[in-house]
Amino acid sequence: MSTVTSAVTAGFDVEKIRADFPVLKQKIHGKPLVYLDNAATAQKPQSVIDAIIKFYEVDCANIHRGVHELSQRSTEAYEQTRSKVKKFLNAKSNKEIIFVRGTTEGINLVTQTWGRRTLREGDEIIIAGLEHHSNIVPWQMLCEEKAARLRIIPIDDRGDLVLEEYEKLLGPRTRMVSIGHVSNALGTINPVKRMIEMAHKAGALTLVDGAQAVPHLTVDVQSLDADFYAFSGHKLIGPTGIGVLYGKAVLLNAMPPYQGGGDMIRTVTFEKTTYNDLPYKFEAGTPDIAGGIGLGAAIDYLNAIGMDKIAAYEHELLLYGTEALSQIPGLKIIGTAKEKAAVLSFVIEGIHPHDIGTVLDRQGIAVRTGHHCAQPVMDRYHIPATTRASFAFYNTIAEIDALVAGLHKVKEVFS
Amino acid sequence: MVDDLYQEIILDHSKRPRNCHTMDDATRKADGYNPLCGDKLKLFLKMDGDVVRDLSFVGSGCAISTASASLMTETLKGKSREEALQMMERFHDLLTTDVPVTKELGKLKVFGGVREYPARVKCATLAWHTLKSALTGNTAEAVTTE
Repeated sequence: MSTVTSAVTAGFDVEKIRADFPVLKQKIHGKPLVYLDNAATAQKPQSVIDAIIKFYEVDCANIHRGVHELSQRSTEAYEQTRSKVKKFLNAKSNKEIIFVRGTTEGINLVTQTWGRRTLREGDEIIIAGLEHHSNIVPWQMLCEEKAARLRIIPIDDRGDLVLEEYEKLLGPRTRMVSIGHVSNALGTINPVKRMIEMAHKAGALTLVDGAQAVPHLTVDVQSLDADFYAFSGHKLIGPTGIGVLYGKAVLLNAMPPYQGGGDMIRTVTFEKTTYNDLPYKFEAGTPDIAGGIGLGAAIDYLNAIGMDKIAAYEHELLLYGTEALSQIPGLKIIGTAKEKAAVLSFVIEGIHPHDIGTVLDRQGIAVRTGHHCAQPVMDRYHIPATTRASFAFYNTIAEIDALVAGLHKVKEVFS
Repeated sequence: MVDDLYQEIILDHSKRPRNCHTMDDATRKADGYNPLCGDKLKLFLKMDGDVVRDLSFVGSGCAISTASASLMTETLKGKSREEALQMMERFHDLLTTDVPVTKELGKLKVFGGVREYPARVKCATLAWHTLKSALTGNTAEAVTTE
């Protein structure tokens, strides 16, 4: 089956890329590792690992304010990442790039600052039925506190949002529409540009959870006209513990600080504190400096390949994988949206995902099984869990063949 | 390899679980839930004084959790409350320690393979946690494996 080579896969030197990822060189239970859990976290290239090591070996110092050489080096390296992120997302200014721990913290920052200040009783927040728990629970907590209402855009059988219903939900009380750009559970790419336009027409702000989008698509926050956009470094072949919240400067300026502490202040007396300018107003305390520097190296690596090429290659993997998995009797793919990222969530009749995951693991194949932190999605399809294979640009057609062979073994064990 | 985990008897009980039905005249009930994988289990007990006269279960789960519930219900019929709780301890030891297997475990010793799969220990113990909850009376809320 692996003889299929399109122009895209042929022109993409995946073996050269794989050589940059040390983790991929190992065997698991005696079999070559086939890592298909990229939606949970992506593996890191040597250049990212080296950047982190270099920080700790050579440049380690706290950032900002230090007059000594090491502090200047670490500050410069950390702030360079801000510029890289700004360019990567096509934000207007570095001031709009707030470093956070990850997407979850980015969303919580908005609910805790903008939300707590702005929301009034009876106001409405709209999210979609596809959301990850991290884009559900912070809004639920906020709505509970403010006696506001959380409204949900339904999804259809394929995993597409029902936009007619979304239009009906938008109203004079809508304050925020917070939607995932790409669904982690099903892979659906939501039409966020159009949805943002609709939200703005209704006078609402928008937040996009980009955790699953940024690693796989070219994202342009100005073209989308998103008010806030959050993503995590670790899904973008960067380190864990670092992520980004983009926000339009005019909104960020009007928001109260998130956490109090060092770095986020201009002057402090016991009577009164004045706050620092953007982006530092939202960055209290010593951040994950090594993580930030590692994220910069990750963006450099992706830019050297090109996000458009990555997206095109991954799309080939998706098409090949969809076709290959569809041939397996009793297997049903959950999530067949028109626009999809390279995520294949599926169930096999009579075999629980947990058992599928264990048998695949013993063949060296890492997939995720469970509800993928999206229990409402599972409820929508009346299933407790799925098995999910999620692809990255370092995966290969041969690895999809290995997955298919692994699934045949699963069926053999449970026949 | 994987056959150590999915032994014939486990596969048999997962495909054809025994005592898998509701029980109208149950004297005790408890719900179990594994939030990690979404496995759900409802356990029914018919107590005769201190003796477990009958037990059954319904639910949805993986092969390991279903087979574990099935074999547990088979094993415990006619056992006293105390014996059942002791069996739970022995079963837990089998899954998590190197303590030599005692013959009281009988068929349950097929779950010894689970020890090599730490992520699956909770699947095998869900039914037993639910049993403990049913026997000790704290059934107001579903017991979870977390």
